[in-house]
Amino acid sequence: METILVAEGLKKTFSLSRKQQKLEKTNSKTKVAVDNLSFSAYKGEIFGLLGPNGAGKTTTLRMIASLIRPDQGDVVVDGFSVVKDPQKVRERIGFLTSELKLEDFFTPNYLFDFFSELYGIDPTTRNERKQKLFSRFGIEKFAEVKVANLSTGMKQKVSLAISLVHDPDIIIFDEPTNGLDVLTAKTVTDYLLELRNMGKSIILSTHIFSLVEKVCDRVGVVIDGRMAACDTLEQIRNGKSLEDRFFDIYSEMKGGNDE
Amino acid sequence: MNNNITTIIKKEFARFFGDKRMVFTTVIMPGLLIYIIYSFVVGGIRDTFESDKDYRPKVYVQQMPQLLQPMFEALEMDITDATTTDIESIKPLIENKDIELLVAFPTDFDSAMANYDISDSTLAAPNVLIYSNVTNMESGKAETVVRSILSSYEETICNKFNINALTDETANEEFNLATDEDFMGQILSAMLPFMLIIFLYSGCMAVAPESIAGEKERGTIATLLVTPMNRSHLAFGKIISLSFIALISGLSSFLGVILSLPKFMGSAMEGMPTNIYTTSDYLLILGIILSTVLVLISVISIISAYAKTVKEASTLVLPLMLIIMIVGIPSTIGGGNAQTAISWYFIPIYNSIQAMTGVFSFSYSLINVATTIAINIVYAAAFSYVLAKMFNSEKIMFAK
Ligand SMILES: Nc1ncnc2c1ncn2[C@@H]1O[C@H](COP(=O)(O)OP(=O)(O)OP(=O)(O)O)[C@@H](O)[C@H]1O
Ligand SMILES: [Mg+2]
Repeated sequence: METILVAEGLKKTFSLSRKQQKLEKTNSKTKVAVDNLSFSAYKGEIFGLLGPNGAGKTTTLRMIASLIRPDQGDVVVDGFSVVKDPQKVRERIGFLTSELKLEDFFTPNYLFDFFSELYGIDPTTRNERKQKLFSRFGIEKFAEVKVANLSTGMKQKVSLAISLVHDPDIIIFDEPTNGLDVLTAKTVTDYLLELRNMGKSIILSTHIFSLVEKVCDRVGVVIDGRMAACDTLEQIRNGKSLEDRFFDIYSEMKGGNDE
Repeated sequence: MNNNITTIIKKEFARFFGDKRMVFTTVIMPGLLIYIIYSFVVGGIRDTFESDKDYRPKVYVQQMPQLLQPMFEALEMDITDATTTDIESIKPLIENKDIELLVAFPTDFDSAMANYDISDSTLAAPNVLIYSNVTNMESGKAETVVRSILSSYEETICNKFNINALTDETANEEFNLATDEDFMGQILSAMLPFMLIIFLYSGCMAVAPESIAGEKERGTIATLLVTPMNRSHLAFGKIISLSFIALISGLSSFLGVILSLPKFMGSAMEGMPTNIYTTSDYLLILGIILSTVLVLISVISIISAYAKTVKEASTLVLPLMLIIMIVGIPSTIGGGNAQTAISWYFIPIYNSIQAMTGVFSFSYSLINVATTIAINIVYAAAFSYVLAKMFNSEKIMFAK
């Protein structure tokens, strides 16, 4: 199997504002969000980062997408380091997270063209892709409706379509089904499988066990910023349900590492 | 130009010009409001203070000297002989604005004057009494006219020398050597540069915080930062497009001022030439304005990128407004004379005001104006670089 992404000893520490200190109920001025985290993802597979709230999943994905820099460690994406060559990494990935918003004022059609231009896609390819993606997600009817007037689900679908304007080989999804109803969530998970069938590599983060069981080939369980377990779905489950195994891993980790 | 810069500019324009409400509030409304306020409200107030041209003030005169009679009769006034009326009974008429003025000459004014010797301290000079009412504008004007007649009469009778006397030789001579252009230039050079800067600044304020802090607040700039686009292209694209929008917004306000100027200035502007500048003057002004907007937009953009919300950005730029005021007001009071030393032209904003003052008052040096434009562009480029660095900083762009 060909590795497409290697995360090596990732570490990220945030300094906390006073407000955040209260929120996190801590006196410490810093928060280690990701702590020496390593994993590899293979070409053509769906890799899932599974973890509870605050585990550091989003932070890890943002480092992979080169939006933030790791304090230590590096991620090599398709041969390019996020630390040394962030621009090359950005060209190769599609990144979708709920914190990336689309401008309310514009229509899906306009935004698709705009982002295509930023990625340097020629108009013919762009129109072909737009037609395909818009019809796949039922955006056509809403192509000329301002983002402000779209439903949450439709917004999410438009964001998904736009994160794929450049047809990237590596796709990074943070909580792809969060806040979506079952129908929309199914459209998205079905599409993830479709992408895998097209040979794309996908890295997603979630705290939903069923999503992992449904789509992921391999899983990394992240707890307190550390990789508690990382293997194929089968190996991790070890004959049990993923949920049961997760609690085993969780208590093992907490038991062994209590301060 | 780089493709990504053009893409960003196109998007910013689509955002702005596609939004009718935004175009109305930032481009059309400021100019319109200024025009309406200046020409109708201010102009209206001035009109109520300005008197009726055809009004003939009513003047009572006691014991009019014969020599002065023709002079008084030549005035556009209703002269009434009130020699037999008691002064005390005339005073209430002036108080109540029924008449404007009372001029009371002493008895035998002509002979008393003839006998008066300036070197003889025992003699008192004959005294003319003028009663007026300061709360009545017509009264004040009539008093000024009468006083000037009396003093010129006084000059003629004890003539020792003349000033600008009209003789055959000097009949066609213009003694006030300032031309109409100079006068107009002085008004414009004192007022306009400062006003222009303030309008441009408000134009920048209307667009930059919204476009940069707003995009950050709403999380849409993060979507741009995921793309491989160079951060400096994003910075340039933003600064160029926002400058253009701020420019038309500022010029709209400016147009409002220019169009209402005739009404605002009233009769002071009558007969004044309106087209006193050459094309190259206008080009220089345009160059100064353009480079100034680039500086203003880039500074406000940096502040906006630092702020977490539009509201915070609008608060943070207030001190900048204060600085501009402090830098700008002395030039206005300075009465339209530009600094000549080149070192002044290295200070942004101040250099723009000085350079414009120079061009408007026909006293600029090309080197100073060119320095202003060049320095402004250098500052704008440096600030764009800082902005690009900020776009690249996760601490600034993703602060929580
Ligand atoms: N910019 C930041 N400043 C300070 N602390 C941060 C910042 N970003 C994340 N954190 C903290 O780092 C920790 C990990 O956050 P992260 O968002 O990566 O978790 P997550 O696994 O994605 O959780 P969730 O399931 O809630 O999305 C949390 O405690 C969070 O509060
Ligand atoms: Mg998260």
